[in-house]
Amino acid sequence: MTAIYKRELRSYFITPIGYIFAGMFLAVSGLLFSWLVLSADNSGAYSYAKISDYFVYLLFVFSVLIPLLTMKLLSEEKKQKTEQLLLTSPVSLTGVVMAKYLAALTIFAATLLVNSLNYILLYVYGNPNVAVILSNILGLFLIGASFVAIGLFLSSITENQLIAAVSSIAVIVALLLISLLADTIESEFIRVVLKWFSVVDRYTPFTNGYFDIPAIIYFVSFTGIFLFLTVRVYEKRRWS
Amino acid sequence: MVEISHLSKNYGDKKAVNDISFSVEEGEIMGFLGPNGAGKSTTLNILTGFLSATSGSAKIDGIDILEQPLEAKRLIGFLPEIPPLYQDMTVAEYMNFCYDLKGCRLPRKQHLREICEVVKITDVNKRLIKNLSKGYRQRVGIAQALIGNPKVLIFDEPTIGLDPKQIIEIRNLIKHLGKNHTVILSTHILPEVQAVCDRIVIINKGRLVANEKTENLINAVDGSRRLVAKIVGPEDQVLQLLRSTQGVKFAEKLGRRDTDSVSYLIESEENVDIRKPLFYALARASYPLIGLEGDELNLEDIFMRLVDPQKKEKNEKRRRNAAQAPEAGK
Repeated sequence: MTAIYKRELRSYFITPIGYIFAGMFLAVSGLLFSWLVLSADNSGAYSYAKISDYFVYLLFVFSVLIPLLTMKLLSEEKKQKTEQLLLTSPVSLTGVVMAKYLAALTIFAATLLVNSLNYILLYVYGNPNVAVILSNILGLFLIGASFVAIGLFLSSITENQLIAAVSSIAVIVALLLISLLADTIESEFIRVVLKWFSVVDRYTPFTNGYFDIPAIIYFVSFTGIFLFLTVRVYEKRRWS
Repeated sequence: MVEISHLSKNYGDKKAVNDISFSVEEGEIMGFLGPNGAGKSTTLNILTGFLSATSGSAKIDGIDILEQPLEAKRLIGFLPEIPPLYQDMTVAEYMNFCYDLKGCRLPRKQHLREICEVVKITDVNKRLIKNLSKGYRQRVGIAQALIGNPKVLIFDEPTIGLDPKQIIEIRNLIKHLGKNHTVILSTHILPEVQAVCDRIVIINKGRLVANEKTENLINAVDGSRRLVAKIVGPEDQVLQLLRSTQGVKFAEKLGRRDTDSVSYLIESEENVDIRKPLFYALARASYPLIGLEGDELNLEDIFMRLVDPQKKEKNEKRRRNAAQAPEAGK
């Protein structure tokens, strides 16, 4: 399993994908950050709200960039027939899927960590709430981790990277927009169901500096379900 | 060492593999033959745990691939039809990756160096796999299968797309590996099997057609010996003489190859050497025998007869007609 994890990490940096992901993420989030900080100058309360907006904007950056990270994870193996090597080696299916997942998650988490250096600047010029910043980083990590799981799952059902990427973007954007839609629906039942799927609603408490335990459990299980489904895709292919 | 019993695999309605059973002894090189689409790759994919069987079981050294997949997979080195190579790695990186992937415990440097020497890829060690020629890729694929020194080696069409020199090299390599491994070699190239394998298993349309020792198979399908003789003399008389010679089961004219001699196909009864009586009979009648060569049935013929019984019947009918026609005209 560690062999697959290492190979996958390495492949992010011998192909341009790792650099493109990290570069784009840092550039776009940096621009967003500067823009929000610069446009929020005087009133303290107002800028506070702006910072939490920043974290919501970041989600849309994720929706495009995370599929970039996950699109080739499994689709490429299928296309190049290398999955035959992995699946006939003494490694369990869960091991293969987890190794792939953790490799993408590592790149994502490392970039997020580097991005978090931005917040240090806030301390030079002001006195932001530590809890807000930390919970935001945790929230971003959790929501990103579940997006990586979605991307990995969609990558397992096609052998075309582009299809994997586009469908992942579509699913993630849909998940982000669901909460907007939910607010306009009158039927209580449908609204509750849609709200349940709305990752943004789970994420909002974090932007306000609140470590929401149910939300943490929600994201962890969300991730777990998609990883489980990915394993099932392989299991099913073996039997059909 | 390898035991497959009542293995079936359905893809939807299509039965890719239908109730196949065979076993391979330790140290044996088994040729796994069949036309394209016969179910060879499917069987091997089940045996290596890549696919699961619809019913039946596959065991490696007594370990069921479904029940204890990790233990069973540890005993197998597998070269799939398309070598599973990562294009963006160098050969050395790839070999190290496979070493880790298989959880090999042999001394890394020495073990990998030995394998590279055996399959002759040491000189391309630092090159990217995507820049290698087909022959080298195939060898890297074989090298990968050898990592960890598994008891059972399974090669799915290892010589496909190689040039004749490379084919001979790979064939020799497999022969060499067969000395201390159990090898399953899937192919549709018959001379390959004849040259390398101890035992032959033939499948067609998902069904087992033959499972014999190589030499037995050749004898089983055609126990009698066939000879092609070039004889000078009037055709009808010669043919009659041939047919009346003791031990001759069947004789027919093949055609005139040069000005004065005619070629005849002669089939003897089982386990009878008719060359000497033939010579004396012809000498007594003063029909010079100017050429005699064995027309041994090769695997191609056997294969065609086994996988295409209709053609076999047609051939026999044609032969019987040819044999009876001159007699009828007499």
